[in-house]
Amino acid sequence: MLHIECPWCGFRDDAEFHYGGEAHITRPDPSTTLTDEKFSEYLFSKTNTKGLLLERWCHRSGCRRWFNVLRNTITNEILEVYPVTEKPSSKQGKETYERNWRRKSPPKKTPKTDEVK
Amino acid sequence: MIEKREKAKSRTSTHKENKYSLFSLAKNAVSKHKNWSQAWRSPELKPEYDIVVIGAGGHGLATAYYLAKEHGSKNIAVIDKGWLGGGNTGRNTTIIRSNYMWDESAGIYEHSLKLWETLSHELNFNTMFSQRGVLTLAHTEHELKEMTRRVEAIRLNGIDSEVLSPRAIKQIVPIIDINPQLRYPVMGGFIQRRGGTARHDAVAWGYARAADQLGVDIIQNCEVTGFNIKKGAITGVKTVKGEIKANKVGCVVAGHAGVVAEMAGFRLPIDSRPLQALVSEPIKPILDTVIMSNSVHMYVSQSDKGELVLGAGADSYNSYSQRGSLNIIEGMLAAAVELFPVFSRLRMLRSWGGIVDTCPDASPIISKTPVKNLYFNCGWGTGGFKATPGSGHVFADLIAKDEPNSIAAPFSLDRFVGGYLIDEHGAAGVAH
Repeated sequence: MLHIECPWCGFRDDAEFHYGGEAHITRPDPSTTLTDEKFSEYLFSKTNTKGLLLERWCHRSGCRRWFNVLRNTITNEILEVYPVTEKPSSKQGKETYERNWRRKSPPKKTPKTDEVK
Repeated sequence: MIEKREKAKSRTSTHKENKYSLFSLAKNAVSKHKNWSQAWRSPELKPEYDIVVIGAGGHGLATAYYLAKEHGSKNIAVIDKGWLGGGNTGRNTTIIRSNYMWDESAGIYEHSLKLWETLSHELNFNTMFSQRGVLTLAHTEHELKEMTRRVEAIRLNGIDSEVLSPRAIKQIVPIIDINPQLRYPVMGGFIQRRGGTARHDAVAWGYARAADQLGVDIIQNCEVTGFNIKKGAITGVKTVKGEIKANKVGCVVAGHAGVVAEMAGFRLPIDSRPLQALVSEPIKPILDTVIMSNSVHMYVSQSDKGELVLGAGADSYNSYSQRGSLNIIEGMLAAAVELFPVFSRLRMLRSWGGIVDTCPDASPIISKTPVKNLYFNCGWGTGGFKATPGSGHVFADLIAKDEPNSIAAPFSLDRFVGGYLIDEHGAAGVAH
């Protein structure tokens, strides 16, 4: 059972919260240059780290507000809670933010195999 | 000539010794079962293999077995970071069925179910496959209608399925409460009579033994730490026991597919989450089929030992901790007691968690990857056990031929770019 500190309501059981997945994903511009690969990456590619992960939570059964969390997915330890509009401020949080592939290399293409008939 | 004959004789005699039969049982009974030969070797890791399969679970061992048997590959290793069958193969609730709605899913799960039906003979190992039927309940009018529509789709694919009334369900499962006044009344259900359960460990052990007899090296405690990739093609695997050269690498690491993909430099559309299960104290036979319910969210069967095996949905958040939240178990048990009031005084013996790799469309990935000669079989989510033989069979085909066959092709990675998603949330959301 996770014990999550909502910035407005304090510590509560995770049963009260809704998980929003990875934080800091930017929707690409819907321009004519937007490729299927790029949009697929935005929609489906996951960070899914074994270790520190920046993620979104919503206090669904409480104040119903969203906030961001830095959590270790091996130990479930929560290291930082911060507002959705901001970047993490702790050292580990900053490192995790910078290390993320979304802010680094361009995506690699998936190979084309036979299309479904 | 004599030498030749002796050689042939010794080969048949070892083969006979290794074959499990009534005769070998009687023979070993005489020596009080102290002289059984080991079911598989523990070979030293060789520096080079034609094919390396990462992950010695059911799917990985099945892959190696079919590669050796059907594709004549001689030089294969299966490596695992822990012990054989110690991951999700040893942690699931062993439910087997093929009643999926979409043609693509029906293709692979029915292929698998057909292999299950002859697997014990094929492997000469009793997998304790029991076709006791899988019965899914409907608790609302809408659910029953949707279920009926799904049953028709399933039957069009030649897979057995039939809708049952509450009265017919009560006949099959006398202990169920079909009182219409319940918060979630049983309004009907559908059954696949060819579905059932199998002994999870026996599946891993059976494939391991059969693959070993075909010359496959199974290397345990050999964690992968990276890959050697040259000009976009795989050349070897780095492990804690040293580097292995390999022409082809198949990766079947449920729970850690994302981690291993990152080592190879690409990302998967996978979230890894805890899935919990638990068993009760053993009781006398009370339930001889598998019951599943999507609305009240639980599934239950009784093992041959008499324990009730219960499971529910995965936890909502990503985690590699192999443990989940208690509220999931509370919800699962509340649902079980609502349907079966007779369970209310049962004590639970133990609970555990595994890490499941879930895809956005609740369907697996059996695919080539951006790295040439590196193949991934992953993303089975909460329901991979039922697919063990079929998954290994088509994955072996993909590795051997470098092209997916018609069953595996729809499950390639590029479906997430092309948009050909196989949305099985309705069928796979709960049933594992």
